[in-house]
Amino acid sequence: MALAFDIVLVLLILGVATWTISARDTFAAVVGFIGFGLVLALAWVCLAAPDVALTEAAIGSGLTGGLLVGASARLRRTETTSGETPSISLRLSAGVVCTFISAGLAAIVLELPGKAPTLAPQVAANLAMIGLDNPVTAVLMAYRAVDTLLEVVVLLLVLGGIWSLAPDHLWGGSPGSRHLAGPDGVLPFVAQLLVPVGILVGIHIFWIGSVAPGGEFQGATILAAMWILATMAGLVDMPAVSRRWLRLLLVAGSAVFFAVGFAGFAMAGAFLAYPEAYAKLLILIIEIPLTLSIAATLALLVAGPPERAPQE
Amino acid sequence: MSLALNGLTIVAVCAGAFFFLAGTVGLLRFPDALSRLHALTKADNLGLGLVVLGLLFQVGGVFAALKLIGVWLLTLLAAATVSQLLARAARASGPHE
Repeated sequence: MALAFDIVLVLLILGVATWTISARDTFAAVVGFIGFGLVLALAWVCLAAPDVALTEAAIGSGLTGGLLVGASARLRRTETTSGETPSISLRLSAGVVCTFISAGLAAIVLELPGKAPTLAPQVAANLAMIGLDNPVTAVLMAYRAVDTLLEVVVLLLVLGGIWSLAPDHLWGGSPGSRHLAGPDGVLPFVAQLLVPVGILVGIHIFWIGSVAPGGEFQGATILAAMWILATMAGLVDMPAVSRRWLRLLLVAGSAVFFAVGFAGFAMAGAFLAYPEAYAKLLILIIEIPLTLSIAATLALLVAGPPERAPQE
Repeated sequence: MSLALNGLTIVAVCAGAFFFLAGTVGLLRFPDALSRLHALTKADNLGLGLVVLGLLFQVGGVFAALKLIGVWLLTLLAAATVSQLLARAARASGPHE
């Protein structure tokens, strides 16, 4: 019964993937990609990896899907005017390259040693030392904290890349156009109802990360979504990107992360090393500003480059 | 007792799955945007409600049950909003085919 479910799920994943690749319309392909992410999240649940499933659903499908919807809306103008299709040789070579990459990946997966070397037992044995009950969070925030730190820095770099797309006279202005709430708007009503609940859920997902599936990235995605919803409903406006508090909010997470990391030299003798007695406290000190920074970065990624001239 | 609870779960979840199926058929077969929306929202809301009802017989505590009901209520809210927005967009974009 479980095997039948797995087989159906795999066929569904392959089917949605094929449909997404072969879709003619960009928007249809994006919808396929979002669906693909949700089915993939289901597969992670089946593999007993709820942390990965949450991240896939929130970031892989939700946030990336939102970014791609925005991109496809911008591409629509170019699509309707240009009728040209890529030449047959270009399509052929793209197909050959993709086939080689897929074959290489498949070969690597098949060549993996039957029993992979693992540090999981050591992680499980030392969980109590860090004061966290969720091994995934322990790996992300303690054993491989440097990876998490670099991920956050990469997010900031991406945001810098998006902002740099703004033309000179709009530099420092607000991203996106001002959304005005209509008097009979559905969206403002829902935003007023949903945003408080969503903020609570986001904080809950972040907080529960120390003992159960969840954590700062998943919680931050929900918080970012709530900010975007409130903006789309016209309840709040995106701040100008030159605002000092906004810049501080964006870098707060990585700044605190770096500060605690370097303090690790003095406290425990290595970068990002936590002294045993304060491990959980230090991780919380990093995680709280980190969650806020990630939430702000993700929301501004979706908002896009500045499109309105600065007011002052 | 647990046999009865399991039976109730199976009946409710199957009924929920039936509504999902009916909603999908409606989405694929109905002629215009508004009727497709009608099929989707009615079926999904009721379908998910029945699935949640079925799962309620299996949860251990009050807190878990409240979480399930919360998920259903949030989905109801989101589905109702999105269908309103889609329907308005469909009406604004002219007479449907």
